Amino acid sequence: MPTIGVDKYKLFEALGQKFTTEEFEDLCFEFGIELDEDTENDERPLVNGEREPPQLKIEIPANRYDMLCFEGIALNLNVFRGRTDPPNFRVVEPKSAEQQTIVVKPETAQVRPLVAGAVLRGVKFDKDRYESFIALQDKLHANLARNRTLVSIGTHDLDTVQGPFTYEALPPRDIKFAPLNQTQEMTAEQLMTFYENDKHLGRFLHIIRDAPVYPVIYDANKVVCSLPPIINGDHSKITLDTTNVFIEITATDLTKLQIVTDIMVTMFSMYCAEPFTVEPVKIISEHNNLTRVTPSLEPRIALAEVDYLNSCTGLDKSPEELCKLLNRMAYVSKPSASDSNILEVAVPITRPDILHQCDIMEDLAVCYGFNNLPRTAPSRSATVGAPLMVNKLSDIVRVETAMAGWSEVMPLILCSHEENFGWLNRKDDGNTVIRLANPKTLEYQVVRTSLLPGLLKTIRENKGHSVPIKIFEVSDIGLKDESLERRARNERHFAAAWCGKTSGFEVVHGLLDRVMLMLRTPFLTEGASGDSSDGYWIEELNEDTFFPGHAAAIHLRLGGKQARIGEFGILHPSVLDKFDLRYPVSALEINLEVFL
Amino acid sequence: MTTSNSAPAGDLTSQVLHKLSTQSPILSSEAFPAATFQDVKAALDRLGSRSMVTYETMEREEALLEPEAEQIAAHGSHEARVFEAVREAMEGLTIQELEQAIGDKTVTKLGQGKAFKEKWISKGKDGKLVATVRLIFLWGGDLICRAEPELTPYVSLLQADSIKDSTRAVLLQVKETKTGDAKALADLKKRKLIKLQKVVTFKIDKGPKFALEIEKEETDLTSDMLSSGSWKTAKFKPYNFRALGSDQNAGALHPLNKVRHEFRQIFFEMGFEEMPTNKFVETGFWNFDALFVPQQHPARDLQDTFYISDPKVADKPRPLVEGQNPEEYWNNVKEVHQDGKFGSIGYKYPWSADESLKLVLRTHTTSISTAMLYKLASQKGPDGRPPPARYFSIDRVFRNETVDATHLAEFHQVEGVIADYGLTLGGLMEFMEVFFGKMGITDLKFKPAYNPYTEPSMEIFSYHKGLGKLVEIGNSGMFRPEMLESMGLPKDMRVFGWGLSLERPTMIKYKISNIRELLGHKVDLGFIERNPAVRLEKE
Repeated sequence: MPTIGVDKYKLFEALGQKFTTEEFEDLCFEFGIELDEDTENDERPLVNGEREPPQLKIEIPANRYDMLCFEGIALNLNVFRGRTDPPNFRVVEPKSAEQQTIVVKPETAQVRPLVAGAVLRGVKFDKDRYESFIALQDKLHANLARNRTLVSIGTHDLDTVQGPFTYEALPPRDIKFAPLNQTQEMTAEQLMTFYENDKHLGRFLHIIRDAPVYPVIYDANKVVCSLPPIINGDHSKITLDTTNVFIEITATDLTKLQIVTDIMVTMFSMYCAEPFTVEPVKIISEHNNLTRVTPSLEPRIALAEVDYLNSCTGLDKSPEELCKLLNRMAYVSKPSASDSNILEVAVPITRPDILHQCDIMEDLAVCYGFNNLPRTAPSRSATVGAPLMVNKLSDIVRVETAMAGWSEVMPLILCSHEENFGWLNRKDDGNTVIRLANPKTLEYQVVRTSLLPGLLKTIRENKGHSVPIKIFEVSDIGLKDESLERRARNERHFAAAWCGKTSGFEVVHGLLDRVMLMLRTPFLTEGASGDSSDGYWIEELNEDTFFPGHAAAIHLRLGGKQARIGEFGILHPSVLDKFDLRYPVSALEINLEVFL
Repeated sequence: MTTSNSAPAGDLTSQVLHKLSTQSPILSSEAFPAATFQDVKAALDRLGSRSMVTYETMEREEALLEPEAEQIAAHGSHEARVFEAVREAMEGLTIQELEQAIGDKTVTKLGQGKAFKEKWISKGKDGKLVATVRLIFLWGGDLICRAEPELTPYVSLLQADSIKDSTRAVLLQVKETKTGDAKALADLKKRKLIKLQKVVTFKIDKGPKFALEIEKEETDLTSDMLSSGSWKTAKFKPYNFRALGSDQNAGALHPLNKVRHEFRQIFFEMGFEEMPTNKFVETGFWNFDALFVPQQHPARDLQDTFYISDPKVADKPRPLVEGQNPEEYWNNVKEVHQDGKFGSIGYKYPWSADESLKLVLRTHTTSISTAMLYKLASQKGPDGRPPPARYFSIDRVFRNETVDATHLAEFHQVEGVIADYGLTLGGLMEFMEVFFGKMGITDLKFKPAYNPYTEPSMEIFSYHKGLGKLVEIGNSGMFRPEMLESMGLPKDMRVFGWGLSLERPTMIKYKISNIRELLGHKVDLGFIERNPAVRLEKE
C-alpha cells in the first residue's frame, strides 16, 4: 500500500476544518484509508533552512490511484464530507490554438507500442503544486506502471516546443539530446552509460537497453521531448512559470495507459484556467488501428441492481436514497427510467478500479458507514463441523508422544539442499525434491523431504538445554509427483529425536512401539516371514545416515498391503558433525498417511 | 573415616551444639576458624531445619596478603633489603654484586630505585653503590653524606637502624588483624600487595528445640515403615513448603500448536469443516488467477512469491468431482480477466496461460478455499443447488520475505469461509463478533479495505488495552462475483472469507516480539516446555 505524505495544515485548510489527530484518524478509518503518522510532534528535517511543516502520512489502498496526491485526497474527502459536488471532468477543444497531434511510427511496435497525450491549459503552479505534480508521477510510475515497465509519463512546457509531435523508434546512436537537467548533449547510447550508476534512473535502463531501437518523442522541429521510459529532454522541462503543459504517456499496456493518462490529467486539471478541463491530443496511429483522441474523460455508465445493493449491505433503501448515498463516493447516479430495480451509475473516470456492481456496493457501504450497517445473523443454514482426517490422525500421534514425555517443535519447511541431503549422507536422485527458483537466501532452497534436518537444527540451537533432549514433530514434507496437476504432493510424517549422553537408541525404539500401540498396530516378531496378519516389524538397515548396525527399517502390513514406512537409528557421527552436535542422537521418522 | 583437615559436617553439628551449651551466641569465625564456609553452612542448615539453632549471616571484608606482600612481611621491603645488603659491604657493591647478595633480580631492581629515592643509598666515586648515613657532626648540625671511612673521627655514625621499613610494618599488622586503616588498605591494594575478600560469618544462637543430640528424623513415609508400624513413633523432618516440587520431565506441545488447537475448537463449535490444505505447491491458476488476482499484480512478483524451478510446469485444472468441466472454468477465468464477464468489465489485459501454469509455493491457503468452492459448485443440496457450507483451515503459507523480527518466509494462516444464500455485510460483522468473542476479543471495529479477491473488504480492528490503541486482528470480505461465478456458483450464493495469521495473536498473547522465538528451529525448548495452557477466552 502506498503511503502519501501531505502538508497537515494545508490539507486541513483544503478540508475547511482543523481536525485533532484522533478526529482525522476516525475520518480516515471511516473512509478506508489509514493515518499512519502525524509528524507534528516529531523532530522534522530542515529543508532549505526551514523546519519542514507537519505532515500527515496517509496509507492509501492499492486500488485508489486517484488518491496518490494531495489534490486527490482533498477532493475525495471533500466530496465524502459533502463539502463539494463530485467534479465534472471535461475535455474541451483548445480556444486559441490548434489541437495537438502525435504521429506514431510503426517502428515503435518493436519496443513500446502505445502513446497517449493531453494538454493542461493555463495552469498556475506554485512550489507545492509543482512538487505534488512530480510526486504523483513518481507514485504512478512505482505502483500502477510497475516501475515504468508498463507505462511512463513525460510532461513538458508546451510553449517551448511545437506540434505536431512524432513518436518514433530509432537506433540509439541516432538519438541525440541533452537530458533533463544536463547541459551536455549525448546520444541515447551514451546516455545509457551516463546513467548506469544513477541511483534513481539506473533502475529503469534495463527496460529498453537491449532493444535495437529506442522510443523517442520529437516535436515538429526535431527537438527531443523525451526518451521514454527513461528521461525527458532538458529543452522542454516544466518550471514554476509553465502555464501550458503537454503530457505524453507511452506504454506497453493499453488499459494501464488509459488509467495513468486519466489520473494524471484529472488530478491537475483543477489548476487549469478553467478548472477540471483538459485539452485533447489526437493520436495518429494507423499501423495498429489506434488512431484516436485522448483522453476521453467520459464517465462509464454502470448498471447496479437495487435489490443487490440492498441485500448485500442489509439495507432497505429506495433507489433515490441509494443515489443520494452514492454521491458521497463521487458517483453521479439516477434510477433507470426503464427498470425500477436498476440504477444508472456514472463511474468517475478517476475510478478505474470499479469493475463490477460489487465495487459500487462496497462504496455504498462506505457511504453508509461500515460500522453503522444493520447486523444480521451470520448465515441461516446449519452446517456440520468436521476435522480433516490426516490432521485428526496427526493429533493422536502428537498428543500420545507428548504424553510419553517428548516436546513438540515446529521447525521450518524450507531448508537448504545440503541440510536435506548431503548433511544426512543422503543422495538427491532428482525425482524427489521440490526446488525453489528465486529464494533470497541459501537457507531456503528446497521443500524438505524429511523432518530430520529441522529436528537436528533445533537441537543445535538449544545447546544450553539439559540433556537428554527429546523432541518430535508431526508435519508435512513435500515430494515431486509428476502424475498430479500440481506436480507435487505433501506427505504427513512423524519424526522424533533424542539427544543425550548415551545414544537413546532403545528409547526411540520404545517410542515407535508406543505410537504403534496407540495406532492399534501390533508388533510382528516373525517379521515378513510370519503369517500375513496386520502389524509392523523392523529389520536391520544399512544406510549412511545411521551408525552401522544400529538402525532399522520400519515395515508395515495393513490390509494385506506391505510397505516400508520409515526408519530409526543412531545417527552417524559424520551427520552429527555436519549439524554441529556433540552428543549422540537417535532419530525416528515414519510416514503417517499409511494409517489413514 | 575421613582424614580431611576440616571437620566433617556431622562432627561440626555436634561441635556447634556443644559450644552453644556453654556460650551463646557464638561467632562461627571465632568458634570454628578452621571450618570452611560450606561445612558451617551445611551444619547450620541441618540444625536450623530442626529449629535447634537460629543464625544470622554477617558479611565483612578481610584483607589478605598477596604472595609479594607475604615475602615483604617475612624479609622486609625491597628497598630495605637493598639497603641492608649495601650497608653490610662497607666498600660498596656493583649492581651485579648487589644482585648476587640479594639473589632476586626483581627485588634488586625495584628496591634499588626506591632506596635511591629515599636517599638510603647513593653512587660512590668508583660507581659502586654505597649506603648513605646521617652524619651528626660533633660540632652540631647534621648532613646526609656517604659513609666515607676517613670522616669517622669527626662524626658519630648512625647506621642501619636509622632507616624505617614502614611497608613491612604495615603489612605485618594487616597479616595479623586482617584489616587496617582504610586509607592504608586502599594504598596497599593499589600497590597490589593485598586483596580484599568478602567473608561470611555466622552469628549462631540456640533455637527453640535446642538440644545437645540430634534426634533421628525420617524424611519420608515408606512402605517399610507402614509394614513395621514404625511410623507411629518416628519423628518426621519438616517438609520445606517454600521449595518447588520435583521436575516432572513432562512432554509438551508447541505453544503455536496449542493456540491452533484453540482456534480449531472454535471452528468446530461453529460448524466448520476442515479443508485439505496439505498441498504446499500450488499453480498460478489456483493461487492467483482463480481468485481474480491480475497477472501483473505485485503479489505475483519474484520479490514476494516463491516460484518452483523443479518440477517445472503445472497441468491445467482437473475435475475435482465427477462430471466437472474444468476447461469451462479455465476459460471463464481467462475471459473474466481479459475481457470481462458475469457483469464485470474485467482487467482488460492479455491473459497468459503460461503464467497460470507456473508453480508456486502457496502464498495463502485461499488457493485451497478456491478449490473447495469450485468443488461446492457442482454439489447439489436438497433443493438441487449447491448447499451452504462452512470451511476452515490453519496451515503454513510461504512468502519470499526478507527475514526480520516480524517476518519469516513461512507462517500459519487461519482462514475461514462461509458460503450461503443472501449473506449480508452485517452478517459478516456479526459472525466476527461471535468468532473473536470466543477468544475474549470484543468491541470490534471494521474498516473498509482493498483486496483483489474480496469486495467489500474489511479489516477487523480491536482495541488492545496493553498497546492502548486499535490493532488490526484480521482481514475479511465477500469473495468477488468474478471469482465465484467463474466456478459456476449461483449468483445469489455469497461467500464470506476471512483470514489472520496464527503467529500474530500468539505473539501478542505471549508478549513475544521476535517471530523467530516462536516458529522455526531457533525456538528455545525451555519456552516450549514451560508454556502454560492457552485459554484464549481468559485474559
